[in-house]
Amino acid sequence: MYFRDFLTLTTSSFLTSRMRSFLTGLGIAIGVAAVILLTSIGEGLHQFMLSEFSQFGTNIISVQPGKTQVQGGNVGIFGSVRPLTLEDADALRRLPYVEHVIPGLMGNAEVRANGRTRRTMVLGEGRDFGIAFTMKVKSGSFWTDADDEQARAQVVIGIKIEQELFGGMNPLGQYLRVGGQRYRVIGVMESKGQILGMDMDDTVFIPAARAMELFNRPGLMEVNVSYRADVDADTIIRLIKERMIERHGREDFTVISQEQALEVLSSVLDIITFAVGALGGISLLVGAVGILTIMTMAVTERTAEIGLLRALGAQEKQVLMLFLGEAIILSALGGVMGLLIGIGIAQGLHLLFPALPVHTPWLYAVLAELTAITIGLAAGVAPAMRAARLDPVEALHAE
Amino acid sequence: MIELQNVCRTFTVGDQQVAALRDINLRLDASEYISIMGPSGSGKSTLLNLLGLLDRPSSGTYLLDDGNVTDLSDEQQARVRREKIGFVFQSFHLVPRLTAAQNVELPMILAGIPAEERKSRVEVLMQNYGLSARADHRPDQLSGGQRQRVAIARATVMKPSVLLADEPTGNLDRHTGWEVLQLLEGLMERGITLVVVTHDAEIGARAKRQIHMLDGRILSDEREAPNKVPLPQAGEGLG
Repeated sequence: MYFRDFLTLTTSSFLTSRMRSFLTGLGIAIGVAAVILLTSIGEGLHQFMLSEFSQFGTNIISVQPGKTQVQGGNVGIFGSVRPLTLEDADALRRLPYVEHVIPGLMGNAEVRANGRTRRTMVLGEGRDFGIAFTMKVKSGSFWTDADDEQARAQVVIGIKIEQELFGGMNPLGQYLRVGGQRYRVIGVMESKGQILGMDMDDTVFIPAARAMELFNRPGLMEVNVSYRADVDADTIIRLIKERMIERHGREDFTVISQEQALEVLSSVLDIITFAVGALGGISLLVGAVGILTIMTMAVTERTAEIGLLRALGAQEKQVLMLFLGEAIILSALGGVMGLLIGIGIAQGLHLLFPALPVHTPWLYAVLAELTAITIGLAAGVAPAMRAARLDPVEALHAE
Repeated sequence: MIELQNVCRTFTVGDQQVAALRDINLRLDASEYISIMGPSGSGKSTLLNLLGLLDRPSSGTYLLDDGNVTDLSDEQQARVRREKIGFVFQSFHLVPRLTAAQNVELPMILAGIPAEERKSRVEVLMQNYGLSARADHRPDQLSGGQRQRVAIARATVMKPSVLLADEPTGNLDRHTGWEVLQLLEGLMERGITLVVVTHDAEIGARAKRQIHMLDGRILSDEREAPNKVPLPQAGEGLG
């Protein structure tokens, strides 16, 4: 039998009962559409999260005090964690391949200027903060003082602080009180928006040493090290660990590379995408039951026809293939319908809610279609086998 | 040429063995016209199914054109069926969703004959059987006689050596039945062995060789000069 004739024969049978075939295909279509829609949203979130995290640049390694688990907790008498200090930062700055070292800590404080007060986030940072994290100043500049106790009381403000406290006036050169201390405004940051819930525009940046004093903290919360892009992160991590252990006597700190963090995050998000995809897969299973039902009915209805085909010289194999082909084509068409519905809804949602990140991963589209075909195959096997094994004599007399 | 040697066919019904055919010995030559008659349950249908390779004998040997076809695999059986055997059924057995032409084409599709050849063969047959105007109609748009003619076209399109007809006129009125019978009888001129199973004595009497069956045995096997009942003229006999 030619393949074209095979297609004509199989399609002719479900083209005659169009409504029924459409509804059966719809079962698969809804399953595929669910998979596509859910994974589109999952993948969109995935990409959104990754871009949120990687907008600071990816060749950054963060050193934090304490081993991972004890961070922020009560250290107790045994875990005498030595604080991360500005001297530690200086020591790291002298490592090879290192480009910038930014000591950092954060807190909340009241800022005041022109008789207006605002409670806001205060980031104590190093002077290379803007370069290392690819954040630009709109006007003015970051301070140039070395990251030590001698750093002058200078502040760079976020654009929202400029609007709220200085309202139209040029803030450069003006004074701003941060937690009671007087700082001179030397720069205004470009708008950056929210990053993981932190409004970077509603923030003031002051030298790390001054922030430690302001918040009365013995050490830094983290030291960020940016390194040359052509160097392997593991090399830098090894160098940092060696230098820090040399200084602290033991590993009472945690080194996290942005790259590794992104990898972990990415794999977590991958699992989420897969999980929602699998949820959609359950509705595919329901579609499979539909195909099984309709094919079982088809075999019963067309028993006499099967007998005839056998009398006309069809082999068992040919009968098997005809029914199997019908099931597969039915679910494959349902799958294509589902792809269109799924992608359509995903894009429609994106148009309605532009904030909702949507991205259809082609791998999932292909996988969903392949799954649909496999389901057709699996659901079609039993009825097709039954059709092939019918006794021709009995089948001919079934009316 | 067909030869059955000591063929038996038993069915198991419940825990009982029922013999449908008992020790049948039969030889059918090319271009013979045979009618098989007998009451229902006499085994004539079982014999037809065996001859058509739709069923296998429980014991005995079946030779078709000097080849032993008793123990063929499904695949080989299917090939013999499509190349050497044509079936005509009482209830026509046309595929309802295919047109008349497509129904005739079906055996050739299964045999893997290229489309161009199929087309020309179907055209010739449809013309011969006066169905050209009906080629694109579906079975439910055809009259009984037309349906049976489509079925005969389908049964002969593969140029079989044996044509097995099971009550071919059973669902037709008398006049149409005669027409169909005439068509079938015309096929013998091309060397086809025609086997007609019927319980209608009048139809059975038209065959040169008449086999009567009872209880799975051949009761009589008569060769006689056919006492042909003259075919009614068109418009007559419809009463």
